[in-house]
Amino acid sequence: MSHSSGPLSAATVHDGHDAPLWGGAALPYAVPSKKLGMWLFIVSDAITFSAVIFAYGYLRLASADWPRPFGTPSIVNATVMTFVLLSSSVAMVLGVRASALGKVSGAVGWLLATALGGVIFDILHIREWLGLIGEGVRPFQNPWGTPMFGAAFFTMTGLHMLHVTIGVIYLLIVAVGFGRRKFSAVDVEVSGLYWHFVDLVWMFIFPLVYLLSAKTA
Amino acid sequence: MENMPTEVHQHHHTAPTGFIRKYIFSVDHKVIGKQYYFLAIFSVFVGMVLSWLVRIHLVWPSLHIWGLGAFSPTGAPGGVITDAYYLSLLTIHGTLMVFFVLTTAPQAGFGNYALPIQIGAEDMAFPVLNMLSFWVTFLALCSLVLTLFVKDGPPISGWTAYPPLSAAGSDAGPGLGMGQNLWAVSIALFCIGSLLGALNFIVTTVDLRCKGMTLMRMPLTCWAWLITAILSLLSFAVLFAACVLLILDRNAGTSFFLPAGLLVNGKLQNHSGGSPLLWQHLFWFFGHPEVYIAIVPGFGVISHVLSVFSRKPVLGYKLVVGCLLSIGFLSFTVWGHHMFLSGMSPYSGFLFSVPTLIITIPATIISLIWLGTVYGGRLRFTTSMMFALGFVSVFVTGGLGGMFLAQPSLDIFLHGTYFVVGHFHMVMGVAAIFGMFAGTYFWYPKMFGRMLNETLGHIHFWITFVGVYCIFLPMHFIGLEGMPRRYSGFVEDSMQHLMPVHTFMTVAALITGATQFIFFFNLFWSMYKGPKATENPWESTTLEWTVPSPPPFDNFGGKVPVVYQDAYEYGDVKNGKDYVMQTDPAGQPARS
Repeated sequence: MSHSSGPLSAATVHDGHDAPLWGGAALPYAVPSKKLGMWLFIVSDAITFSAVIFAYGYLRLASADWPRPFGTPSIVNATVMTFVLLSSSVAMVLGVRASALGKVSGAVGWLLATALGGVIFDILHIREWLGLIGEGVRPFQNPWGTPMFGAAFFTMTGLHMLHVTIGVIYLLIVAVGFGRRKFSAVDVEVSGLYWHFVDLVWMFIFPLVYLLSAKTA
Repeated sequence: MENMPTEVHQHHHTAPTGFIRKYIFSVDHKVIGKQYYFLAIFSVFVGMVLSWLVRIHLVWPSLHIWGLGAFSPTGAPGGVITDAYYLSLLTIHGTLMVFFVLTTAPQAGFGNYALPIQIGAEDMAFPVLNMLSFWVTFLALCSLVLTLFVKDGPPISGWTAYPPLSAAGSDAGPGLGMGQNLWAVSIALFCIGSLLGALNFIVTTVDLRCKGMTLMRMPLTCWAWLITAILSLLSFAVLFAACVLLILDRNAGTSFFLPAGLLVNGKLQNHSGGSPLLWQHLFWFFGHPEVYIAIVPGFGVISHVLSVFSRKPVLGYKLVVGCLLSIGFLSFTVWGHHMFLSGMSPYSGFLFSVPTLIITIPATIISLIWLGTVYGGRLRFTTSMMFALGFVSVFVTGGLGGMFLAQPSLDIFLHGTYFVVGHFHMVMGVAAIFGMFAGTYFWYPKMFGRMLNETLGHIHFWITFVGVYCIFLPMHFIGLEGMPRRYSGFVEDSMQHLMPVHTFMTVAALITGATQFIFFFNLFWSMYKGPKATENPWESTTLEWTVPSPPPFDNFGGKVPVVYQDAYEYGDVKNGKDYVMQTDPAGQPARS
């Protein structure tokens, strides 16, 4: 597999004999720098999301009248969004696989399909936002209960939507770069890590924001 | 894997020739390290002047300060600092010192400069990201300094920016409009810069060590920078989220940190559902690891310097690493001890108190290790060594106060007093700055190719050392007497008998501050006039002393070092040398 060497793994320049002396650097931790960097970014970004979700939980638990406005159409819409995002992750897996096998056009196709999933997700999400805004939800008020509902909803989903949007742009850049042989299979894999992370965050936001606030019959 | 060596050659970048690529938008870790260092020097200078102003206001409140009236006609009409402007200056002093000095110089400054050389790498793992980190941090500093020039001046909410004051908007007091917004943007940017930097440090340490540089052969400085980077990565992410929520509260009408029924200057605010305590949790979840982000690089430098100038190995290298790791872990479990006074269940108080006290165990072990390293050594009293010994002194003195504050029953009395001011200035501020001084006097020959003047260095050390005790030790006592902190003045009769102590501390602060000009002079004068530094002026063992002073662009001149020895191989004199370089394939030094 060629994907364990980025241009940045300079430590691998050494000749490699005298193996017992090595003990450090890229040989025992054969993870390319870019991939490790992305993992670390994901750790810190996950903590940022955690802090926002913690804030939401803190305020929701302290509030007696947190609204539960999401009727069946909203839940169906959010479920479709979830399905689209999950499907895009499947496409991403196939894209990473194709890139590792050196199938350039296949990889580019799957990457574009992944980005398309992100775009559909964004469109459905913005439609949802506009619907709620039409019903009178603002960051500081809503027709149903504690005003913080709007603040928490827009902040959490907005932060996630921003990540999806950045992800779409990132995937397009990687797709074009990989198509022109400028980027390696590692770059595709690293972009995949980011995309799966964004997907995973939604797996927390969907139940915490939508299902917990589903309209009770 | 077999094609690795062929790809690697792409990394051998060539030195840029243009001024801008070489000195401004440079991707060279050595230049970026210096950029961070001088950013911190600028910040510490401004922060020091601000501390003079707040000290002067406390004891001579009606003094006309030349030029200040023209600088801020509203904050200091006629050069006399108003009570509100006192708080504004205090905010900027704290923010500058904590973020742009203590967080910047020891980690991003020295770390950027020395880490890649000490582990045998050409550069950081992501040189362009490294450049971006610096420039984002630079923008953060610009945003903060800008608060001094906007109409209402800097915010009055302190470096901790507690809501509701910080979130309530411009009606609540001076500086809480544009000033507070700029503050929040500044800190959010600083978080991004620190996160990118931390990521880069960790990847560099894991991936770019040269052959033979096992984790347990790394100099302790590298361990300290690695652990600090992990703390930064995990804690700045939370502060970033908190700053985003604060910005939303202030500008988008949300109420994350604002409760219902809030009156601002008699006017009912249209907010409900939020909690000021939420900010405190998020802020201190960052804030306590931040204390260690400031001090752990100092631990590394001090362990390193004490070993070099005692001509002895660090006593218990693995124990130091273990202490640093456990301090790093525990720092995430104790944020509530900043909030005892904010009101919490006694059970929660107990829960936060116990790990706080447990931190004293690794902190004590590491302090004893420093003493044990020095004990029986052939000491060389260079200025760097003096500051390292001074570090141990101020760290232990300041740390003792922490054991009082860790207990909720005592903290509830002490938290709002000068005891806390004395404690954290000693243990976090002064100790970390002593670490920086030790690092500066130690690495200056490598960084600038010339030696600092040792006589000026010793004068600088002794006045500073005595001075900081004169400033911060009395604070503990007036705190025990009940003098509250953050007050802009004391008119009550009950406080008058302590005012002479305040006057003494202010005079000490003015003298100690003035002494720093000796350091600034030494720093800039020696750059051009100091004696030329040799490759290894301190007879130290680590990799940065195997290359010319200053090192070439790619650090090792195209060669890649191979490491055979531990980092602290000092011992008896053999063949005229009492140390073995890390790159020396021969055996360990004899030790009596």
